[in-house]
Amino acid sequence: MKKIKCECGHINHEGTVLCEACGKPIEGNQHIDGNDENNVLEMRYEGSARRSKTYKRTFVDKTWAFFSSVKVGVWLIVLALLASAIGTIYPQEEFKNSVLPSSQFYEQQYGLSGKIFYQLGFHNLYSSWWYIALIALIGISLVICSIDRFVPLYRALKNQNAKRHEVFVRRQRFFSESENVSDDDRKTLINNLKKRRYKISEEDGHILAEKNRFSRWGPYVNHIGLIIILIAGILRMFDFMHTEGYVWVREGETKVVPTTEQQYYIKNEQFVYETYSREDERFQEALKNEELDVPSNFQTNAIIYKVKDEVIPGQEPELEEVTRGEIRLNEPLTFDGYSAYQSGTQLRSEYNSISFKVENGEGEELGSFDFKTNEDQRYYKLSNGYQIEIQDYYPQFEVTEEGPSSFSKYPRNPGIIFEVSGPELEGERYFYLNEDVVPLIDDPVTNVTLEDTELITASGLIIKKDFSLPFFLIGAVIFMIGVAQGLYWHHRRVWIHPKDGSLLVAGHTNKNWFGLKNEIESSIDGTSIKMVEDQQEKL
Amino acid sequence: MDLYTVSSNFLYVSFILYLVATIFFGATIGNKREANTKSKASKIAITITILGFLSQLVYFFVRWSAAGHAPVSNMFEFIAFFGMMLVLGFIIIYFIYRETILGLFALPTAILVIGYGSMFPREISPLIPSLQSHWLYIHVTTAALGEAILAISFVAGLIYLIVKVDQTVRSKQTTWLEIVLFCVFATMAFIIITSSFDATGYEAEFVQEINGTEQSVEYHLPPLVEPNNSELVSDHFTTGIETPAWMHGADAGSKFNTLIWSLLGGLILYGITRLILRKRVAAAIQPRLSRVNTDKVDEIIYRSVAIGFPVFTLGALIFAAIWAQEAWGRFWGWDPKEVWALVTWFFYAAFLHLRLGAGWHGEKSAWLAVIGFVIIMTNLIFVNLVIAGLHSYA
Repeated sequence: MKKIKCECGHINHEGTVLCEACGKPIEGNQHIDGNDENNVLEMRYEGSARRSKTYKRTFVDKTWAFFSSVKVGVWLIVLALLASAIGTIYPQEEFKNSVLPSSQFYEQQYGLSGKIFYQLGFHNLYSSWWYIALIALIGISLVICSIDRFVPLYRALKNQNAKRHEVFVRRQRFFSESENVSDDDRKTLINNLKKRRYKISEEDGHILAEKNRFSRWGPYVNHIGLIIILIAGILRMFDFMHTEGYVWVREGETKVVPTTEQQYYIKNEQFVYETYSREDERFQEALKNEELDVPSNFQTNAIIYKVKDEVIPGQEPELEEVTRGEIRLNEPLTFDGYSAYQSGTQLRSEYNSISFKVENGEGEELGSFDFKTNEDQRYYKLSNGYQIEIQDYYPQFEVTEEGPSSFSKYPRNPGIIFEVSGPELEGERYFYLNEDVVPLIDDPVTNVTLEDTELITASGLIIKKDFSLPFFLIGAVIFMIGVAQGLYWHHRRVWIHPKDGSLLVAGHTNKNWFGLKNEIESSIDGTSIKMVEDQQEKL
Repeated sequence: MDLYTVSSNFLYVSFILYLVATIFFGATIGNKREANTKSKASKIAITITILGFLSQLVYFFVRWSAAGHAPVSNMFEFIAFFGMMLVLGFIIIYFIYRETILGLFALPTAILVIGYGSMFPREISPLIPSLQSHWLYIHVTTAALGEAILAISFVAGLIYLIVKVDQTVRSKQTTWLEIVLFCVFATMAFIIITSSFDATGYEAEFVQEINGTEQSVEYHLPPLVEPNNSELVSDHFTTGIETPAWMHGADAGSKFNTLIWSLLGGLILYGITRLILRKRVAAAIQPRLSRVNTDKVDEIIYRSVAIGFPVFTLGALIFAAIWAQEAWGRFWGWDPKEVWALVTWFFYAAFLHLRLGAGWHGEKSAWLAVIGFVIIMTNLIFVNLVIAGLHSYA
């Protein structure tokens, strides 16, 4: 690497525009920051040697220069912005809320534009390779931009001397030259700057007053935060960081918790569903307009079990209670790194039991029986030697071309064919469907009526394990710190440069020049030092 | 008087105070810059603004105690809160920069915003289970505050453009500026038309066939367009023109009808104004703002983004993600509202990079501030009303 030695003796890296130590413009490199002799110096990166501006020959150089450009970064942001917005034109596949397959749904629902939306793959836009690639490119840009600027900037600010080259001082945006300044006035200015929390360093009578240098690191800190978030996003793709499962548990049912390798079981003891009372004075007006009751609570009272010992195949595992609690929306239940979230409900959608009353021809009661949908009981005993035989059971009854059958195994619309038999009674068959009992023979002797039904609710729970969350949180916190650091503090410097009996004063800030001007103005108050002029306005 | 009435009355009071304060801010535009900050008119104006803000705070907390939850749970409550934060944002920026002209534009914006929100149902509604969380207050209020401060940058941008855009010749810039001003007229028209028909109790009823089932659809404005595939059942005038079939969602016809009414009303208001002024609206305002310090206004555009952006990030992304994690077990789900918060965030990130990295000052910056506000409004109105998602409460 070629080094450039400045007349002050400091050795600078190749591509340096302003000497790191004394600030003297380095001949032959002024075009890099677009400086010209009659104008104020471009101070954005302290005239430091940035890789992207120095080496432009090889492929690596060019790639580096490409990604470190602000222009490219902004374009990537704009593209991501447009892509994200496009994905909301029609619902994403997971939100489409229809039984139709996507290939039909989008066209049927939205016509030609829907078809195009689907064919371009926009129905899964946010998980598409190109969207992820776009976000990855932003990530690369963040890393390269930050390294390209941070390293030389850090070096330049670390190596800066209090004694600056005269040209550097004269070509600052804020500058003034005063003659015959007394030593007292000079000291007043320095003290006033000290009072305003400037740090003073001195070299051969040259003064540098500086404050809030840390604000310069703000952008890099917030970029680090963003990079941590992106890395967390990658980590989250792995099972050891993040798993997700979904389970429907009916009231009274115990089920294995998905994603836990059969180690945990969950029991739904009871599901609580509550609605707002229409008598509630606060909400009366609003509830008048609601046809349906407004729910106030969805809650699963759950017990979590852990499997004891090793499970022998074919045997029921032995369970040990881990925890129990109420799972509500906004109040998940956590156990051993997992969380269970209330997510779905099938409110009173399945039959738990259906009970019947049986009478003989004289209206005498022969007893009743309670058909349990989840038990495989074939015979029910009644009094006087009578009994019931369940001949056919369809949990979700439907009639197809092949005759009666069940749409699913869930007792959502049970159909039962059963026979009543007893001493001196040939079997009389009945059919139960839709809370109604129909005899299947003419003029039966017995009489079967429906006594009661019991409906239960199935509760849908999301089971999550997510160890990536702390990383996201740390990333977000660092981002916020970086943004505040960079936006709310300003790096300000004032140089006091004695020169043949006169005193040169120059000032620089990375932003909010108005504020710096005020500080200098009040610091020279009562002295013979001239107020700095804004040379950018003048030129 | 019950609490609900008390709170509503305080909202009326603040509405009127904002109007009065606007007039006083208007009285300051003739003043010289230095005289302005100390002038009587500006002191009265800012005092009334603060009184209005306090009155709206009372509205907020009284309604809170009446409902038992923070009033940020439906469209009306959220927009009213957004309007209040807009005033707060203005007050903060006012005390940094002492720019009275900002009040002349920020307060009418807040008035329009609150007026617009008042067209939605105003009853206190019960909180559905998914909203029953302290994060409702934390997330929604911070997000609204962030958006409101960002909106101040729009107000400053608008002032900047009115002052700076060359009005001697017609250009793209003058046309777009007129379009922005037309939107103000259309919002005004929406409020006037909706509240007028509301006062008369107008109600037309249609029966609409959707996917084979018949549904009743109510209109509160005379139907310029009917719902798609529907029949008028009440005894009212109708044009017989139907809403196009591709417009979906609940009440698509009624919303489309309202939109047409607002645009037509806006056109009429705008047209009359143009006829009276005999020049572009922005051209008519421009000479009155000749004393405005444009450098300061340009600085306000940046400063309000610099303050609003972190607040927005915190409220609309970070707090939102924490709540989503607690409620749904996932901190991010690509719900349209979430996506548009991200779009907004991307946009202002680009704004800051262009301003600080590529030197986009002045008019470029001002136009970006205007576009940013359009994105925020899209998220507030369009996403809630048109795109169905987890956040569509209205």
